Amino acid sequence: MSQVRVLVGTKKGAFVLTADGKRDQWDVSGPFFAGWEIYHMKGSPVNANRIYVSQTSGWFGQIIQCSDDGGKTWNAPGGGMQTTPQGMPTGESNRFVYDSAAAPLTTHQWYDGTQHPWDFKRVWHLEPSLTDAEAVYAGVEDAALFLSKDGAHSWQELPGLRGHGTGPAWQPGAGGMCLHTIVLDPADPDRIYIAISAAGAFRSDDGGKSWKPINKGLRSPYLPDEDHEVGHCVHHIAMSPRRPGVLFMQKHWDVMRSDDAGDNWREVSGNLPTDFGFAIDVHAHEPETIYVAPIKSDSEHYPLDGQLKVWRSKTGGNEWEAMTKGLPQQNCYVNVLRDAMAVDTLDDCGIYFGTTGGQVYVSPDAGDTWKPIVRDLPAVLSVEVQTLA
Amino acid sequence: MSVAAVRIELPFHLRTLAQVNGEVRLDVEPPVTLNRVLDALEECYPVLRGTIRDHGTLQRRPFLRFFACQEDISHQSPDDPLPDAVAAGREPLLIIGAIAGGTSRPGDRAARRHRTQKSTSP
Repeated sequence: MSQVRVLVGTKKGAFVLTADGKRDQWDVSGPFFAGWEIYHMKGSPVNANRIYVSQTSGWFGQIIQCSDDGGKTWNAPGGGMQTTPQGMPTGESNRFVYDSAAAPLTTHQWYDGTQHPWDFKRVWHLEPSLTDAEAVYAGVEDAALFLSKDGAHSWQELPGLRGHGTGPAWQPGAGGMCLHTIVLDPADPDRIYIAISAAGAFRSDDGGKSWKPINKGLRSPYLPDEDHEVGHCVHHIAMSPRRPGVLFMQKHWDVMRSDDAGDNWREVSGNLPTDFGFAIDVHAHEPETIYVAPIKSDSEHYPLDGQLKVWRSKTGGNEWEAMTKGLPQQNCYVNVLRDAMAVDTLDDCGIYFGTTGGQVYVSPDAGDTWKPIVRDLPAVLSVEVQTLA
Repeated sequence: MSVAAVRIELPFHLRTLAQVNGEVRLDVEPPVTLNRVLDALEECYPVLRGTIRDHGTLQRRPFLRFFACQEDISHQSPDDPLPDAVAAGREPLLIIGAIAGGTSRPGDRAARRHRTQKSTSP
């Protein structure tokens, strides 16, 4: 019998939600790391029991946690479970230090337009390798990409990204200057896509050594040059592993599509009543079926008219239909953040999303109907799902 | 001079992280300074590296404070000797998550210390 495991990161801890393939009855465990902000948690596609967690705090900084039993128990790889022969804990999984020898620590643009030094704050996104359970990428604020090849015991920056010559033009979005999206290409192990608010999208075709901005076609009216190479506030990018190279993007405003690995983008907002939003994802089996959760505007981060709707396009954009069955259609003023939507890979593809009001919803029928799994968690920052055999 | 057993009180979240209950007691070679105590603490509990002071610069994280003998020593040099009572283990070194409010009036310090011992979680 198939199972699904939903990994939920919230403002005050992590939760693991499990159900069988019917996705009707749910077990809820947690909070893990109670009181800490869990920006993201994600399982390895190679070993589903290996789960990586970004645990962070404005007071105490950054911790990375791991589980090797599907979320039942956890350890900080540097925090006591690994010991020397003398019994002393060793390692330090929370050390994220920019590689200033390879790429000098320059400056980026600050909110007021002045230049500001790069300063590590937290890990926004963890992306486990598609081929090695011990390898995991981390997207951090201030924007940079790190890689661990030893199960998060140690981290090395891939400095070619931060060292890209456009760095001084990057600027923080409202949430900070974060690298929040990492997409690995299953057909080409050297191809990586990332997105930064507010720099834009970048692609590497050599395993992260060098990077190319891929923002042609994005238009951002807040930039002096609307078509500038960088400076765009990309909120999230999704790609079906069944069709690498076709990308869908929720930008600050605008839903976008690229059919050439990001070289060119075109708007596919179509009939959406508002195309501001954060989350976007692709159906597991139908690469032209995509989902967004539009938000009223950049100034009002809640659904239009107080009605929570997921919009689905079965045509790869432009033609959208509202999915509302089971979702609140009055007095709803929550947000759906960029990493808070996911899909499972069961035959009847399940769609999941979490809200800043603490609800996690599931649709076991590709968006037609919805049910809350939980209603009263802390604000949800991220949702990932694992489909277990 | 003998090695002192320094007592350290961690805030709730760092006790949880380090998997310790109550005070941490560590042997620290004299002279007992804040830096030497933190070095010893991080040696025993590597998961705390980066949580109290920055990895690279070793600067105190902005929202943490160090209290000793009812005084805020956060702005003293970390290489200054700690008070004798802390060095000798008669008083603990308090590491707390900064909280808003409070007072600097001497008469209120005991109450403030009591509050911080009860809960220092943000």
